[in-house]
Amino acid sequence: MTPRFGSIDEVTSRLAETGYLASDAIATTAFLADRLGKPLLVEGPAGVGKTELAKAVATATGAELIRLQCYEGVDESRALYEWNHAKQLLRITAERDAADGWDALRDNIFSEEFLLPRPLLAALRSEQPVVLLIDELDKADVEIEGLLLEILGDFQVTVPELGTITARHRPFVVLTSNATRELSEALRRRCLFLHIDYPSAELEQRIVTLRAPGLDDALVASVVRLVQRLRELRQRKSPSVAETVDWARTLIALGATRDADLSAELVRDNLGVLLKHQDDIERAAVALDLPAPATR
Amino acid sequence: MSVALDARLVGFARALRGHGVVVGTSDVVDAGAAAHVLGLEDRERLREGLASALLRRAGQRQVFDDLYDVWFPSAVGDRSHGTFEAPPATLPDRRSRAEELRQQLARALADADERALDELAARVVAELGALANAATTGSFSAQQALDTLAPQTAIAGALARMQDAAENAPGGSGDGSGGSGGTGAGVSGPAGGGGFASRFSRDELRSGVAAFRRRVEVETRRRNAEARGAERISRYAVRPPADQTPFLLAGPHELDELRSAVGPLSRKLATRLAARRRRASRGSIDVRRTLRRSLSTGGIPIRPALQHAKPHRPDLVILCDLSTSVSGFSRFTILLVQALAAQFRRVRILGFVNRVDDLTEQVLGAPPGSDLSSAFDDLSRMTRWHRNSDYGAVFADVVEHHLDAIGHRTAVLILGDARSNHTEPQVDMLREITGRARHVSWLNPEPARMWGSGDSVALLYSEVVDMHECRNLAQLRDFVSRLLPV
Repeated sequence: MTPRFGSIDEVTSRLAETGYLASDAIATTAFLADRLGKPLLVEGPAGVGKTELAKAVATATGAELIRLQCYEGVDESRALYEWNHAKQLLRITAERDAADGWDALRDNIFSEEFLLPRPLLAALRSEQPVVLLIDELDKADVEIEGLLLEILGDFQVTVPELGTITARHRPFVVLTSNATRELSEALRRRCLFLHIDYPSAELEQRIVTLRAPGLDDALVASVVRLVQRLRELRQRKSPSVAETVDWARTLIALGATRDADLSAELVRDNLGVLLKHQDDIERAAVALDLPAPATR
Repeated sequence: MSVALDARLVGFARALRGHGVVVGTSDVVDAGAAAHVLGLEDRERLREGLASALLRRAGQRQVFDDLYDVWFPSAVGDRSHGTFEAPPATLPDRRSRAEELRQQLARALADADERALDELAARVVAELGALANAATTGSFSAQQALDTLAPQTAIAGALARMQDAAENAPGGSGDGSGGSGGTGAGVSGPAGGGGFASRFSRDELRSGVAAFRRRVEVETRRRNAEARGAERISRYAVRPPADQTPFLLAGPHELDELRSAVGPLSRKLATRLAARRRRASRGSIDVRRTLRRSLSTGGIPIRPALQHAKPHRPDLVILCDLSTSVSGFSRFTILLVQALAAQFRRVRILGFVNRVDDLTEQVLGAPPGSDLSSAFDDLSRMTRWHRNSDYGAVFADVVEHHLDAIGHRTAVLILGDARSNHTEPQVDMLREITGRARHVSWLNPEPARMWGSGDSVALLYSEVVDMHECRNLAQLRDFVSRLLPV
């Protein structure tokens, strides 16, 4: 198996080419996941780029991204494989009068032709290297984790009628979780763990500059300082990177592109872009010493 | 990789286990492989690599970082390169040295100069933190260093420096080149000039001072580990993670940390409780509807109809001891219940010391996240004759005055250490409460081995109700997500 990345700096620069600015922690862990051939379990608050990481790795390595979106009740037939019953029935009906009889038919209808591969099997059987994204695993039921253990540990899966299928290329696996349910120790043990937190001020400035070009550097610095300050206030929902970018775009739309344009009134009127709860907004207004809204 | 590194990793893993982090043998093997791939050149990258291999959840990161600094120190010796001066001997000397260092700190904070701060922390420990017996044991004290330096007093100086810089810099009026610090070297810190962002400079500096305190603590641990061995230091000098901190031992700082965990925890628990309720309401077959349905398929029940239980939320009555010995625990649990109130049909909160007072209005009426201490601090209506807790009298009081709150749908949660100050326990009264309620649980913040010792009547009560040990946040979370009736 040839490694996808040569060094940690290469990870950083190639991810940056796809528009994903990775912190040193993210780049190091992604590099290790590739080198050690282990799945990567990513946790962290919403909107810090957990899913984006998998997409960026896929783009950077030119691999196909196969995604399994988990939800409550997702099962083997949605995640792994399913037999195409309708097609099997058609075949049985068509061959009803054939000479070689039931034995040949039985061998036949459980063959590749009638197999519908779902994301997990598709990733294992792919001819090309792939990136497998198992998104929001905590939403799925506990049973699906048992199914994943074999795949994540040995990169193989057993289909009773076909035997054991082993991956041709070891896929780059990313699992994301919002921790609404505690994942089992058995699953965690098989993965490298990465907690993506809110980025440092310096990294966040670069992200904003990249995603919302057109603001001058001083204003970007002020925007990021404001957001970092809001995060320290322990809100019900702290603003994430996505909201910082949204807010920067809001400022562009309002024509405020220089640091001097950033006034207390402007911040007060558009705080709703950053904070999504009324009591958060009120608390922030007090902490930042914003003027009371104009009475109409 | 060398044997020495392997031994280091094994010792590191053992120190992590000593702090309640689950580290398997396979994790240590992974860590070794990671160290092999990454090499030892970049200390921060090695930190991230080892963290990804050894950790399994985010709450353990603080412990990991502290121990990493002890086991993989950033330097050996005092890193002075001969520039540090000897620790001052007399008191006036110490004062003037502290003043000098404080000015340097103000300058470094204003410029947000990471390297200068790092160097300054090393110097503060070496010059102000050396204990009197340092010559023999080589020990340092972060407490002593920080008390002498008083870094919070550097904030005013740093603020003045920043204002000077903003006034002197060109472009403060907004001609395009504005923001003296924003584009310069100090992008990551409180270096920006005027404008709107300057109004939270003070708060940023305060965070900067807090970070500097942590730097000093890290440096002290490193120096002490050198003198006394990493194993010893990692056992005593590293704080357990927040969710392992015993409620009864938590200081104001720890309680603050716990309080900030309430919001995220309650959201998680709410999702879990909802999922449990959903799961409980499916699975059993509704025979009548299945038979009726089967008529359309010739009497063969192909599609079974399942029963949907009516959504049924229990009432919750919380009976909590607010006497000083356990009030930290009770307050925290009440905050959690307040955040979870939507999961229950009705919540009653009864506080007591030796008399019961209904706190429901004060607690549930307050907006989430607000400070509830005024409601808890007023003990006058919860005490009678003395200020010691008396569980027997309280249960009798509940039976006499508040029994209407407890019915067959009510779950009762009792919070307290069952230390009744040698009064009559009145187990019969508790039994009467148990007989009326759907379920009674008792959360005891003392370790189970202490139950029944001294004036504790926990063992008597635990024969009547389910008593659970609930020493820390991890155990409380476990109880709510698994055992609390919903």
